[in-house]
Formats: sequence, structure tokens, C-alpha cells
Amino acid sequence: MEDLAHAALPPAMIETATAIGDWLIVLPILLSLLGAAFLMVLRRQRGAPVIGAVLIVGGVIAADVGLLLRILADGPLSMTMGRWLPPFGISLTADLFSAGFALAAAVVTLVVVLYAEMGRDAEKGRDGFHSMVLLLLAGVSGAFLTGDLFNLYVWFEVMLIASFGLIVLGGTPLQIDGAIKYGFINFLATTLFLLALGLTYGLLGALNMADIIRVAPEANPAALTGIAAILLLAFGTKAAAFPVNAWLPASYHTPLPAVSALFAGLLTKVGAYALLRTLIALLPQSRDLLEPVLVGLAITTLLIAPLGAIAETNLRRAAGFFVISGIGAILAGLALPSREGIAGAGLYIFHAMLSVTALYLIVGLIEQRTGERDTRRMGGLFVTSTPLSILFFGTILAIAGVPPFLGFWPKLLLLQAGVVEAGENWIGWALVLALVINAVLTLIAGTRIWAHIFLRNGPEGVAGALEPMALRPWTGRARLAMGSTLLLCGVIFAISLWPNPMMEVGQKASAELLDTSRYVDAVGLAEVMP
Amino acid sequence: MNSLLFRTAAPLIVATMLVFSVYICLRGHNEPGGGFIGGLIAASAIAVYGMASGVPAVRRALRLDPMAIAGSGVLLAGFSGLISIFIDAPFLTSIWLYLDLGETVVPLSTPLFFDLGVYLTVFGTLSAVAMALESDPEEEL
Amino acid sequence: MDYVLAALVGVFIALGVYLLLSRSVVRMLLGMTILGNGVNLLIFTAGRVTRGVAPIVPEGLDAPVGPIANPLPQALILTAIVIGFSMFAFLLVLAYRAYKSLDADNTDRMRLAEPDDAPQPPLSY
Repeated sequence: MEDLAHAALPPAMIETATAIGDWLIVLPILLSLLGAAFLMVLRRQRGAPVIGAVLIVGGVIAADVGLLLRILADGPLSMTMGRWLPPFGISLTADLFSAGFALAAAVVTLVVVLYAEMGRDAEKGRDGFHSMVLLLLAGVSGAFLTGDLFNLYVWFEVMLIASFGLIVLGGTPLQIDGAIKYGFINFLATTLFLLALGLTYGLLGALNMADIIRVAPEANPAALTGIAAILLLAFGTKAAAFPVNAWLPASYHTPLPAVSALFAGLLTKVGAYALLRTLIALLPQSRDLLEPVLVGLAITTLLIAPLGAIAETNLRRAAGFFVISGIGAILAGLALPSREGIAGAGLYIFHAMLSVTALYLIVGLIEQRTGERDTRRMGGLFVTSTPLSILFFGTILAIAGVPPFLGFWPKLLLLQAGVVEAGENWIGWALVLALVINAVLTLIAGTRIWAHIFLRNGPEGVAGALEPMALRPWTGRARLAMGSTLLLCGVIFAISLWPNPMMEVGQKASAELLDTSRYVDAVGLAEVMP
Repeated sequence: MNSLLFRTAAPLIVATMLVFSVYICLRGHNEPGGGFIGGLIAASAIAVYGMASGVPAVRRALRLDPMAIAGSGVLLAGFSGLISIFIDAPFLTSIWLYLDLGETVVPLSTPLFFDLGVYLTVFGTLSAVAMALESDPEEEL
Repeated sequence: MDYVLAALVGVFIALGVYLLLSRSVVRMLLGMTILGNGVNLLIFTAGRVTRGVAPIVPEGLDAPVGPIANPLPQALILTAIVIGFSMFAFLLVLAYRAYKSLDADNTDRMRLAEPDDAPQPPLSY
């Protein structure tokens, strides 16, 4: 009797051995998580957290590079925790986009860890800043690399907890005000995500992403589209797409400059990545039904965000609107689900992670050296700080997408996709037009801010004779910050001039996201495919 | 809470709760319990002690920074999952070792250490929260 | 039973949204908690409510006998409750700090990060 029951049961565990190379997918998450814990233990030691954090993030970068190379060679990589068979065990699954974004996130984190030394005094070493940065990196890497919807929710919350800790670091009333808005809206967004998750489980009985890809086509399309709409709302809030974007300019300018830069580079992009993953790979049929909504969101976000930047005089709040403007371009890619369109959206996420962080870092340097936050009280910096002037201008060009800077390449793909789509209906034209207008408006907003800070003769009101602002002297830590900013700008510039590898990887990644058979195969679910 | 009764009874309550929390943690694999609940009970013991004798006394009694305890818990849990690399199995695969002590067999396993890690993490974090809430001045986690 | 639970989920979420629309931070916190509980109940209902026994395999067998309750929603809800609890604790402390340093429970009066009298955009250039 017992033997009979045993024979009738399908195997419950993975029997094959796991190759050592597969551990590459766990390493980025594990290193940063254990690193965060390790630094938490060590936080009383002077100097240890910085050095430890740099070493750990360096290790994460190495693991991400290895993962990316491995996926380029062999296709998507998956590992299911604890030997349970895939639909039941929690899988980590990475394809090219996941690995590429995880790498960009780690690079950004490394630069920010170096940069953050500027705003920190020796006695501040105990506040656990580095632990929280590493915890944030663990959450972001986990969100990129996971292959399970519920696990994605958990990583979102890890990210959220770490960002809560970072945003109130310092505890000024301004920060608490920003943190209330940031905290409530983001908590609400993850709760909505959890709601959609519960409905998905009720409808499909599946939470593993590969499993969802398998069973979604047979489900009730109307119910599934409802779920996709809730997901769009939840991730759209996370990514700060137009109607639900107001929390971002209300909170991102309140924490330390380094924390702002980290948030701007990583958090909204994880929301955008989750949109890409769920709407394109998991629920493509529902995406088709949501197409008009996506087009509307993309166009309004593209048009309204740069207008906010034009109207704003608080420097970092204006930078917040540039973040939102990038989300509009990513949404445009989601509305154009061709190979070029998705590649454009994915590469735009990659570009925005690097460029927006660079912009915030430069803005932080400007704020630190002038002691001002408002552009009306700045002016004439071109005399006193030529390198900052050049860096700021270059970054603005990169964000607006002026050739040959980094933002141009993903936008080129998006425009290409839009023109192809335009042959069939008006949506393509509308998106192309919105993208072009967005680029022009972004350029106007950015160069105007640049002109106010650097080009005009002095602060507002005294703009007659040349009266450049007095700057604070360089300190050793400020030089380190400048150096790390230069490093990031150098990376951006190098990719701008040699975009071919990035473009090829982007196209390949987009093809993989649209045709998910290899992804499902990697998780080990393909043989049961109907 | 400055009451003589409470201050006298508190050490007894705290000691009982701490021992009970370890018991709850260890029985957790096959019966109701586990690291999370155990850690909660231990942290509430710390909170009771803080109420009775004040936060400085708790800090002295703990010796270690509670957040450092939480960090070491995460480290312990993470490393318990890493061990499976040696048997060619994925991350977090459980490994069992039945230790024969002659009279009884003690099952040692990686989930046990994972649970202990959870226990330490919950204990450390919630103790830090409780102590921050109990001490009046603006104190961060 | 499912219908009752579904209606209850609806009530919870409606109540949560109603409280979230309030201007008072404390009410918003309560709203978040009720909303979170509604979502947890939804996951529980989505896992199909059965009058089965606990999902425990009897000793000596490899599979449970007869119908069992679905164990997965409980695991999901437990995770969600723990996470929601920590978020709630953080936001509660934050609301308290905001009350002390900004002297405001009303979000309309929290205008430090977004000043009410925002300057006009500069007209030059």
C-alpha cells in the first residue's frame, strides 16, 4: 500500500545536482544581504563600514558581471531554493535584462557609497548608513533576479524598509515631512501589489513567473486584465508615472544628496522593471487590452514631467521631474511591444539608472559647494567651477537624449518602434510626437536650469555685472565625491561613444522577454507546456 | 513604571520568558513555535525588563548592541543556507545530521540554525525598537 | 462561505480606502492597517476555503489522506502580516515624530517639503 502510494506520486524534489556556476544568481543578493548584516555587527568600528561596503559592493559587481556573461553565453539562468520542484519552490530566475539592471544597480551603489563620504562626519559612522545601503542593494538585486511574484513582493518590501531608514537619516523636520509622503504612498503601492498577487493566485493558482506564463493564456482574459490593471497602478505608483507621481517631487529632495541619488537611480526603475516583466513577459494578452491606457499614461507623463522641471526653482525638486520624464519614455516602450520598443524601454531603464544618478550627484555637489538649494540664489558658477558646469551640461544632454549621449540610443530604438507602429495606426505617431516634444522640453528645462546656475552673471536680482557666487573650499571628502561622480560620468560617456555592445545586448534581451520559451525552459517547466 | 511589586517580580518574569522563548524556538520544527515567535517572546521579556528597571540597565544586561545581535542573526541564517553548496544542492537546501549520543539521537540540521538566526534577528530588532520607544530622548534605531 | 468572505474583503478595503482619504495621519495609518487586513483576507479566500483537515501527512504515509486545507495562503499571509507589521511600526514612529517636530497631524499643514507659497518660476531665459 505504501509502495503503491509512493509510486503514484510525482517527484517532489529536484534530483539533479546543482552546478557551482548556478550560484552566480544567488551571489549578488546574498553578498549584499550578508554584507548589510556584517556591517550592522561592525558599525561601532571606526572606518570599517566604508571599506567593508566598498569591498562588498565590488564583490556584487563582480558577481553581476559573471552572471551577465553567463546568461549571454547560455541563456536565462534559474535556481530553485531548497531543492523543491519549480512551481512549488521559490525560483530565482535571471534573463539578460535582470542581470543587466542588477549590474547597473551595483555600479550606481558603489559610486554612491564613495560619494556619501562627503556629507558624513567621522562621528556619524554609527548610524548604520552603509548597512541600509547594502540592504537596499539586496532588495533591488532581489527584485531584478527573482522569478517568483510573491518573492518580488518581499524584495519590494526589503527595499522599502531600507529606503525608510535612509530617508529619515538625519531626522530634520523637512525629511520627516518628505518621509511621511514617501512612506504612505509606497506602502500603499506595495499593498496594492499584494492585492493583485492574491487575485493572481486565486485565478491562476500560480505565483512562479514561469508557471504564470504557462497557465495565463487559458485563464479568463477579463479577470486577468483586471489584475494587470491593478499591477499597472501599483507599479506605476512605484515608478511615479503621471497621475500618481506627486509623491516623488515631494520627497526625493529631502534626504542627504547621496541618498536622493541612490533613490532616483534605483527605486523608480525597479517599478518600471516590474511593469516590463509583468505586462510584457507574464500577461501580454492583458497588455494588449490595456494598450490605450498605456499610451495615455506615456504621453501625459512625457509631456507634463518636463513642464514641472521648467516651473521649479528648487534644484533637486526639478531633478525629480527629470526622473518622472524618463518613466514616460519607458511607458512609451511598453506601449510599443515590438522588439525595438521593448529594447528601447529596457535600455532606457539602464540609461536612466546611470544618468539620473549622475545628475543627482552633480546637483548634490552644487548644493554642497554653494550652500544653496534654490536656483534663484545661484549664478555665475561658470567662473568658479568649470568642471561642474561641463558635467551638468553633459548630463542634461544625456537625459534629454541628444546624440551621441547615452539617452539618445534607447530613444532612437523607441522612435524606430514608433515609426514602424505609425505605419499601422495613429498610436505610433502620437508616441513619436510625444517623445520628440519631451526631448525638446527636457532640453529647455535642463539648459534653463544650467543657464541660471552657471551662465548668468550672478544670482537673481543682481544679474547686471559679473558677480559669481563665492564657493566653499574643496575638502578631501568633497574631492572624493567629485572623483566618484567623474567615474560614473566616465562610464556613461564611454557607453555613449561605444553603444554597440549595449544595443546588441538590449535587442537580445528584448527578444528573450517577448519569446519566453527559453525563460520557462530555464526554470524547468517546459516539458509540461500544453 | 516605578512600582516596587513590578520591579521585584520583573527579573523572575524576564527569566521565565527568556527560557520559554528558547524552548519555543527549539520545538518549532515539528510543533507550533519557531524562531520568529521565540524571538518575539524574548524581545517582550526585554521590553518588560526595560519597563521595570529602565533602558540603561537593559543595555548593561544585554552587553551587546541589539542591532548587532540582529545582524549576527541574519549572518547565521544566511550561512546556514550556504552550507548546501557542499552537497551540490541549491541555496537553502536542508541538510540533516543525526548525532548519536548513545542514549538519545539529536537531529542537527541547517533549518535549526536558520531558525536560530531568525530568533536572533527578531530578538535584536524588536529589542532595539522597544528600547528606543522606552527611552525618552530622541533616540534613533 | 466564500461569498461572505468576499463581501467582508470588500468592506475592509472600502473602510481602509475611506480612512486613507482622511487628512489625519493617524487615521491614514489605521486605514493602511485595515486595508492590509482586507488584502490578507483576500489572499486567504483566494486560496479556496475548504473544511479540510490540517495539511499534515500522517505518520508512515507519503501523501495526506483525503482533502486537506491549502497551506500556501497561510504562508503568504504570515509573510505579509510580518512585513505589514514592521511597516506599520515604522510609520507609527514617523507619525509620532512628525507630530512632535512639525506639530501637525493634518497633512494639509505639512508643507515643509512642498511650500505653500511656492515662488513663481523665473521669467529670465
